[in-house]
Amino acid sequence: MIFTPALLYILTGIGLFILGLYALFVHSHLLRKILALNIMASGVFLVYVAAAYRSPEAISDPVPQAMVLTGIVVASASMLLGLALAARVKAKTGRTELDDGSPSE
Amino acid sequence: MAIFEQSIHWPVWLMVLPLTGALLTFAIYRYQNLIGLITAMGILWSVIALAQKVLTEGPQRYSIGGWGAPLGIDLYVDGLSTLMLLLTAAVGFFVSFYGVGYAGFRQHNHGSGYFWPLWLFLWTALNGLFLTADIFNAYVTLELIGLASVALVGLSGQASALNAAMRYLLVGLLGSLFYLLGVGLLYAGYHTVDMASLGQAAQAGPLPRTALTLMGVGLLLKTALFPLHFWLPPAHANAPTPVSSALSALVVKAPFYLLLRLWFTVFPDSTTGAAANLLGLLGAIAILWGSIQALQTQRLKLLVAYSTVAQLGYLFLVFPLTQDSMAASTAWSGALYYTLAHGLAKGGMFLAAGTIFYALQQDRIQNLNGISRHLPVTAFAFGLAGVSLMGLPPSAGFLAKWSLLTAAIANGQWGWAIIIVLGGLLAAGYVFRVLSYVFMQAPSKAHYRPVPWLMEWPALLLALMAICLGFITQTPLTLIEIGAPMSYQYLLP
Repeated sequence: MIFTPALLYILTGIGLFILGLYALFVHSHLLRKILALNIMASGVFLVYVAAAYRSPEAISDPVPQAMVLTGIVVASASMLLGLALAARVKAKTGRTELDDGSPSE
Repeated sequence: MAIFEQSIHWPVWLMVLPLTGALLTFAIYRYQNLIGLITAMGILWSVIALAQKVLTEGPQRYSIGGWGAPLGIDLYVDGLSTLMLLLTAAVGFFVSFYGVGYAGFRQHNHGSGYFWPLWLFLWTALNGLFLTADIFNAYVTLELIGLASVALVGLSGQASALNAAMRYLLVGLLGSLFYLLGVGLLYAGYHTVDMASLGQAAQAGPLPRTALTLMGVGLLLKTALFPLHFWLPPAHANAPTPVSSALSALVVKAPFYLLLRLWFTVFPDSTTGAAANLLGLLGAIAILWGSIQALQTQRLKLLVAYSTVAQLGYLFLVFPLTQDSMAASTAWSGALYYTLAHGLAKGGMFLAAGTIFYALQQDRIQNLNGISRHLPVTAFAFGLAGVSLMGLPPSAGFLAKWSLLTAAIANGQWGWAIIIVLGGLLAAGYVFRVLSYVFMQAPSKAHYRPVPWLMEWPALLLALMAICLGFITQTPLTLIEIGAPMSYQYLLP
């Protein structure tokens, strides 16, 4: 496979995705988890933008850019819901982490 | 009248109607219940009209705005989508009535006004997912389903519900991102997100396989297949009852539906027997693990939630059982019938469990003594739903299990057959454990709260539908056949 600039961006995007995935699992603070998901989303968007690249001369494909735009709207809505929920969890329980997950008997 | 009929595009109507209803119930707070119920009836009407069209004319395709694939967004309806839409409409209809009667909302007053808008948003998103012919649009609808469900889970505002909602949101977003990454890779490779064009373009190879794996992981997280089920029991058990019912009956089926589409109709060449067996194995473990957890838990709503984990396992047996072309169509019809049967039965069971919870103000299983005297309708509904979940004849659950069993035996895949039978026995175990308390002669001296009739009857009607679909099989089976990847030849018995 030829090493093109697009491939470099795709690999960077996948790298960000993996970094975010790691952070999501190791950090227990809810804000950090939300940030980790944000970074994963940025990685995915980078892959999309790189997928729009055709050749140095050609105009890049507008469809993935439109999809990234949609993705950003969806992602910001989800992140806001996440932040609002995290604030409610903090206000109600005084904790910034999730409980251990075992359903209360 | 004929012109009028032709001018209505039911697929579009199915999304516009609940969306309008959601906005109206948000804006006109006073007549929320009335607007909501009219919307629910309208959706049911539209789905039936669409089903009739599909039954007579076969699969339908509709281009929104006349743009057409690959640039525009297309809607596509075949038997599989129609079945899911019908299930959603049936469960949604009764959940809506239950929601009007649900007295728990008056208890936790602050979130109750948001039930209708959020529930109708959820309905819009579910219909959108079942109708879409576009994998990117499917991502958007998946995300909308997730957001609406999370908000509904946290509606009561109690600490346990908020925690469950937060965990649900994180898992849902993680699943969506995996799915979205897979879509991105596919677009990079094939320059289209339309399912039909992708199906034509994709040959077996590393790219579709990687993409399918990524999307699969995301969807399995959202479907809560073992071992990715950890978020489901707290979320489903802590949500308000109408929400629990919709989540267990419908929301977990949505990503499963998408997985079926991708696996069987878009990338049939990229799937491998090993992957199918792995999904089947995880499903088998889910059946055993979920049933054992359900047998051990002390709380009724949690038991019903664990039962969902177990029952979802059955759906995944479709992957290994369709490998042999001999019985593929039987396995396919069986799995789809299972989706239908489980949706109706579990919807009814959750509503019944919620009614019992409300009447007793707690749901410890030891304290359910003799509750059938106070809530005969609810107890009967729980029992009937249990009959279908266990797979006793003549319920829809029996027919579905029988088809899966037939397929397994026809293929000589004895391992799966044993799991199917064992799962039924374990289900009988946890259902009878509850029923033995419910129908016990000596009633406890607990204080019962009076229950509105709208909390009792929707559960019973849903459970009755699950039983009736054991008799009325012609229409659903014909629907399953329309546009199915495996042609249906026979279904025993």
